[in-house]
Amino acid sequence: MSSLAVPQAEPRAGSTPGAAQDSRPPLRRRIALVPTVTLLLGALYCLLPVAWVVIAATKSGRELFSTFTFLPGTGFAANIRDLTAYRDGVYWQWMANSALYAGLGALLSTCVSAVSGYALAIYRFRGRETIFNVLLAGVLMPPVILAVPQYLLLAKADLTDSYLSVLLPQILFPYGVYLARIYAAAAVPTDVVEAGRMDGAGEWRIFTRIALPMMIPGMVTVFLFQFVAIWNNFLLPYIMLSDDERFPITLGLFTLLEQGANTPALYTLVITGAFLAVLPLVALFLVIQRFWSLDLLSGAVKS
Amino acid sequence: MKSTARRQSYGVRGAPYDHPSRTTTLERARSAPYFFLLPATLLFALFFALPIGYAVWLSFRKVKVSGLGLGSGARREVWAGLENYTDALSDSELLHGALRVLGYGCIVVPVMLGLALLFALMLDSEKVRLAPVTRLAIFLPYAIPGVVAALLWGFLYLPDVSPFYYVLDRLGMPQPDLLDGGPLYLALSNIAVWGGTGFNMIVIYTSLQAIPAEVYEAAKLDGATPTQIALRIKIPMVAPSLVLTFFFSIIATLQVYNEPTTLKPLTNSVSTTWSPLMKVYRDAFGEGDIHGAAAQAVIIAFATLLLSFGFLRAVNRRQKQEAAR
Repeated sequence: MSSLAVPQAEPRAGSTPGAAQDSRPPLRRRIALVPTVTLLLGALYCLLPVAWVVIAATKSGRELFSTFTFLPGTGFAANIRDLTAYRDGVYWQWMANSALYAGLGALLSTCVSAVSGYALAIYRFRGRETIFNVLLAGVLMPPVILAVPQYLLLAKADLTDSYLSVLLPQILFPYGVYLARIYAAAAVPTDVVEAGRMDGAGEWRIFTRIALPMMIPGMVTVFLFQFVAIWNNFLLPYIMLSDDERFPITLGLFTLLEQGANTPALYTLVITGAFLAVLPLVALFLVIQRFWSLDLLSGAVKS
Repeated sequence: MKSTARRQSYGVRGAPYDHPSRTTTLERARSAPYFFLLPATLLFALFFALPIGYAVWLSFRKVKVSGLGLGSGARREVWAGLENYTDALSDSELLHGALRVLGYGCIVVPVMLGLALLFALMLDSEKVRLAPVTRLAIFLPYAIPGVVAALLWGFLYLPDVSPFYYVLDRLGMPQPDLLDGGPLYLALSNIAVWGGTGFNMIVIYTSLQAIPAEVYEAAKLDGATPTQIALRIKIPMVAPSLVLTFFFSIIATLQVYNEPTTLKPLTNSVSTTWSPLMKVYRDAFGEGDIHGAAAQAVIIAFATLLLSFGFLRAVNRRQKQEAAR
């Protein structure tokens, strides 16, 4: 402020050292500043609740309501102990369940997507577009509309409230099939498939030995999509399960919050639980984000 | 393009070199796609088609209670015709839910896509600093389950623990109740915007990156400013991605369920029938009215499909018009 008060005394006094060497017109520098600041504000907005939960998880129940929000507390270790002690460690059971649903589910689902996407991309056959369009229409079905009759049908098969009831309906992901088709079309040249045939390889062998290795980078993305989708799913387990031993973490935290509404002592458990539940996915995200094929994300693969 | 691919994938017709087992290979190649699509078809039939068919069937039935409803045979399932549908369509609770979701969508979709486009353009602009870090930060909420996101924001909305209220309190400003009335819409919309902006930003950003550099160079030679380039070149060229993100956002909005359900324990203003899908759930499992719930589900699914196809047709028509020009 004071430098502004002295007009033209030191023309570059208020600017940064790096900017002083910049010989380009000042207008361009200012425009480069606007995007950076906008993005920083966006990042701040997106990180705020995460930062809050990191700090809130360190507070004891009393500190949560008495100290300033962004001041770290002293109860982190105690909170984890309480969470682990809660109903004989059911929280860790929920984490293990989520890992099972998401890990196994995404693996199976990626296999189905890969084989379907490959078939839809490489072969020309009667009913190809019909099958593809019908599968894609599955994307448009609101989950509740599927989940209610799925529950009733699985109840008839005596499968509700089991691991299978959450696993099976999530194996087919129309969006995964769509992505796999785009990727297979771009990554697997038909000449290579043809050459495999000339050498007398069977269709299945061509798929597993030649095409699948070429599709691996895209399938990693599909796997991650399905993993995140299953890990984040709430509605299906909410409808299917009643025994909390089989709950995934999302449903577990929700029931904890529901009980916490009556007993504020549980709030610290909910917050610590939410913090720990975010960690695995954020870690997964940071590790693999460099492998994410961003082109595939938007379905815009260039051949 | 299509015809060449057909020839290539079936073996070279009239090729000079005749493979010894050519007929068997060809036959195998013909049946192979059906074999490959078997798991997906089977899963689709079992977990998509069958439940949808079952829901439609249930929606035309009702439970008839004779006498006092006691003893076996007192509760019978009978044909109801369109009765469940007329009930659902004249149900004011369902209508109010639909209106609430409409209001919610009118906030979420423009704000979320506007922010996503803004951030994507900023990421794509020249000499921007910290782009990789901020891009990752803005995309991060995608990894956080909707329930956990609603839970985190729910706590940030609670006066007792929220930093916003603390700051407002210190400044001596009025403290609005974010979990009631009109602000509740903003509170819920904020959760959806927070969770969805990053994903849409990446989709738009990816298609911005696909624009060839020569286009910008030509524009610069013509003396266009960065703002003009953004408005006149970048935005029109990423229009297909904008259409795609718009489409998916509308569908996601119609299906809002997790966020209001998660906020419910924190406030009394979110009813069990806040959104139409919540009402379907409540009627099916809370009230045990499976037939009524099925009819409502069919109506919502039908409305979704109608909206989707209407939207896609409108987009296609516009594209054709533009191609004709």
